[in-house]
Amino acid sequence: MIKTTKLLTSLALAAGISVAAQAADTVVRHLHLNNDPRIPAMWEEFAKEFEASNPGVDVQIEFLENEAFKAKLPTMLQSKSKPDVFYSWGGQNFADRAEAGLLQDVSGLAGGLQKNLSSGGMSAFTVGGKVYGAPYMVSQVGFWYNKKLFAQAGVKAEEIKTWDDLLEAVKTLKKAGITPIAAGGADKWPIHFYTTYLAMRTGGQDTFNSALAEDVSWDNPDYVKAFKLFTDLVALEPFQSGFMAAGYGDASGTFGDHKAAMHLMGEWDIGVQRDQSQSKEGVKDEDLGFFNFPSVPDGKGAGTDTLGGINGWAFSKGASPEAVKWIEFFLAKEQQSREAAAGFIIPVAKGADKAVNDPHKSIIAKNLAKAEWHQVFWDQALGSDVGGVINDVSAELATGDVSPEDAAARIQEAWELR
Amino acid sequence: MSSIRSWFYRNNQGGRITTLLLFLPPALTIFTLFVVLPLGEAGYYGFFKWKGLSAISESGKWMGFENYSRVLGHSVFHSAIWNTIKIILVSILIQLPLAMAMALLVASTGALNNFFRLVFFMPFILADVVAGLIWRYIFDGDYGLVGQFTTLFGMDPYYPLADKTWAFNSVLMVVVWKYFGYHMMIYIAGLQGISKDLLEAAKIDGANNWQITFRIKIPLIMHAVKLSVFFSVIGALQFFEMVIPMLPGGGPSSSGHTIVTYLYTYGIVRMKVGFGSSVGVILFIVCMAFAFSYQRYVMKMNND
Repeated sequence: MIKTTKLLTSLALAAGISVAAQAADTVVRHLHLNNDPRIPAMWEEFAKEFEASNPGVDVQIEFLENEAFKAKLPTMLQSKSKPDVFYSWGGQNFADRAEAGLLQDVSGLAGGLQKNLSSGGMSAFTVGGKVYGAPYMVSQVGFWYNKKLFAQAGVKAEEIKTWDDLLEAVKTLKKAGITPIAAGGADKWPIHFYTTYLAMRTGGQDTFNSALAEDVSWDNPDYVKAFKLFTDLVALEPFQSGFMAAGYGDASGTFGDHKAAMHLMGEWDIGVQRDQSQSKEGVKDEDLGFFNFPSVPDGKGAGTDTLGGINGWAFSKGASPEAVKWIEFFLAKEQQSREAAAGFIIPVAKGADKAVNDPHKSIIAKNLAKAEWHQVFWDQALGSDVGGVINDVSAELATGDVSPEDAAARIQEAWELR
Repeated sequence: MSSIRSWFYRNNQGGRITTLLLFLPPALTIFTLFVVLPLGEAGYYGFFKWKGLSAISESGKWMGFENYSRVLGHSVFHSAIWNTIKIILVSILIQLPLAMAMALLVASTGALNNFFRLVFFMPFILADVVAGLIWRYIFDGDYGLVGQFTTLFGMDPYYPLADKTWAFNSVLMVVVWKYFGYHMMIYIAGLQGISKDLLEAAKIDGANNWQITFRIKIPLIMHAVKLSVFFSVIGALQFFEMVIPMLPGGGPSSSGHTIVTYLYTYGIVRMKVGFGSSVGVILFIVCMAFAFSYQRYVMKMNND
C-alpha cells in the first residue's frame, strides 16, 4: 500500500511540478509553503542575485499549500522528485527524518551557516551533533491584549508580572463584563501553550532536559504543579463561552472582533486576528499590545524563557553542496535583514534583528535576544505522538475532565510508549 | 496434444475459458494490488512499532500483540466503539423507520411526490465533508442557527459541539438527515416493484390501508429493508469524513471519535503506522465478521 501510493504520488508530483532544468546547470529545488506572495517574490530576487554570482546554478523556488505540503512531503522525500531544500518546523519530526536517513548531513559544509546564525537556532536543526538544516525565523508565544478593553476595565499590562497577577487581571476584566481570554479549544494546541509555558516556568530548562534524558519522569511534581496552576485559571472561567467548539481561527476572530481582551498566541496572530475579524481590521496596531507569559515566582524557570518556534530549512538526502551554498546565501545577514525590514520575519542571522521595524515584532525580537532558553513548541519538539497527548490533556484540563496528576501521568505513559 | 484440444473444446463451450483468460487477469491484478496486498501489509505492520518514515526492516520494532492490547485497552477506543454502536442504533431505530414512512408517503408517482422525493434525497448528494462543514456552522452558538435561536428566545448561548454529552449526538442528527433519503429511495424502488394486482386483490378482499401497508407492502420489500440495514451497519463502521470537520481532534475530551477517526488520529496524524494498522485490522475483522454472518444468516432468509 505504502509502496504503491509512493509510486502514484511521485507520478503525480512529477506531473504537477515542472522540473524545467537547463541542460548544464546544477538545479537547486527549494520547496516552501509561504502563501504570502510578497515573500517568495523577494526570494526570487535573492535567487537571481545568487545565480549571478554563482554561474551554473539554477535555483528553483517551488510552492505547495500548507496542508498539501504536509500530506505530500512524506512520500515525496522517498521519491526521485524530492526537493533539495524544504521547509521544516524542526522538532522531533525533523529528528525522526534525520535518523531515518531522509536528510543530508551537511556538517562538513556548514561552517558558514554556523558563523552567521544564532547557535540556539542552529541547534534546532542539529541532530546527534550533525547538521541537517538551518533556521530561518523564530517566533514567540505570549499574551496579545486589547489596549482599549484593558483601559476600560482598568487593567495595566505592565503590572502583569506573575501568574497571580494574571489571575487578578482576569477577575478584574470579568467584573467589568469583558471576556478576559479568547482560546481555540477545539484545535487543542492553542491550550497547550498554557500548560507547557507553565511547565517551563515551574520546572525550568533543567527539568525539561532531565525529562528528555529520562532522569526524571514527565509526571514530576513541577509539571503537576504547572497543571494545577492552569486549573486555577480555568476555575475563573476566563475563556469565551463555547471555547471548546472554537478552533484557532474562530478564537483569533473573537479577539479581532474586540470580544475578548487577551489571546495567548505567536506573533503570526497579528495578521490572522485581522483577517479573521468581521471588519477585516481586527485590533489595530495602536490598540494591540503584547506582554510576556507571566512568571511563577517560586518556580525553577526564569520569566525570560520563551516558548515558540524555530522554523527553517531541511536538506533532503542527496542535496548538492550548491544547495548548502544557496541556503548560506539565503540566510546571510543581508538577506535576513531585508526580510526583517519588510516585516516578514523575526530573523535568526546574528545582527539582523536590528532591521526589524514592526513595533510588535521588535518587542519579540528583543525578548528572544534576552532569553537564555527558547523552547520549541512541545507538541513539535516531543513528536506528534507525545505532543498529541500533551494537546489532549491540555484541552481536558481546560474542561476539568482530568486531574493535574492524571494529566501528567498520561504524558509519561505516552513518553514510555512512544 | 489432442487430449488438451478436446478438453479445451469440451470446456470452452460458449467461449467460457476465453472470457476467463481475457477478463479475469485485469480485475484479479487490481484486486490483489489494491486490496489483498495492503491487507497483508497492514496485518504485518500491526505487529510493529513503526513510524513509516524508512523501511520497516530498518526502523520497525517488533511488538507482538502489544499494539492490539493497547488499542483494546484505550478508553478513547472504547468511546469510539460506543459511538459506532450509537450510529447503528440510531440508523435502525430512527433513520430506517423514518425512511420507510417517507417512502410509503411518496412512492406513488405524481408531480408533488417527485418534488418531495428530490427534496428528501438532496442531502445524500452532498459530500460528507461538505455536510459536516455546513452543520458545523449551523451548530455554532454565536453565528449559527443555534446561536440565532438562543438569542431570539433570550437564552444563554449554547454550543452543542463543545458539550461532551451533545457533541456526538449532534453528529447522529446529521447522519439521519443525510442518509434517510438514500434508504427512502431503496424502499421506493422496492415499493414500485410490487405488483398492482396484489394490492388490488387485497383491496377487493376488504383490507384497509393499514393492513395493506403492514401485511403486504412491508413484507414484500423486506429484502430492501435487510439491504439497507446492511448498508447502515457497514456505513457506521466506516463513518469518517463528516466527523472530521464537525469535531476536529475528536471533539470535547476526545469523546466524539468513530473507529476510523480514531485510526486516523492515533495512527496517521501521530505517525504510528504500526498502531494504526492494528486498528485497521480490528476494523477489518469486525466488518468481515458482520458482512459474512449477515449474508449467511439474514440475507439468505429471502429464499424461505
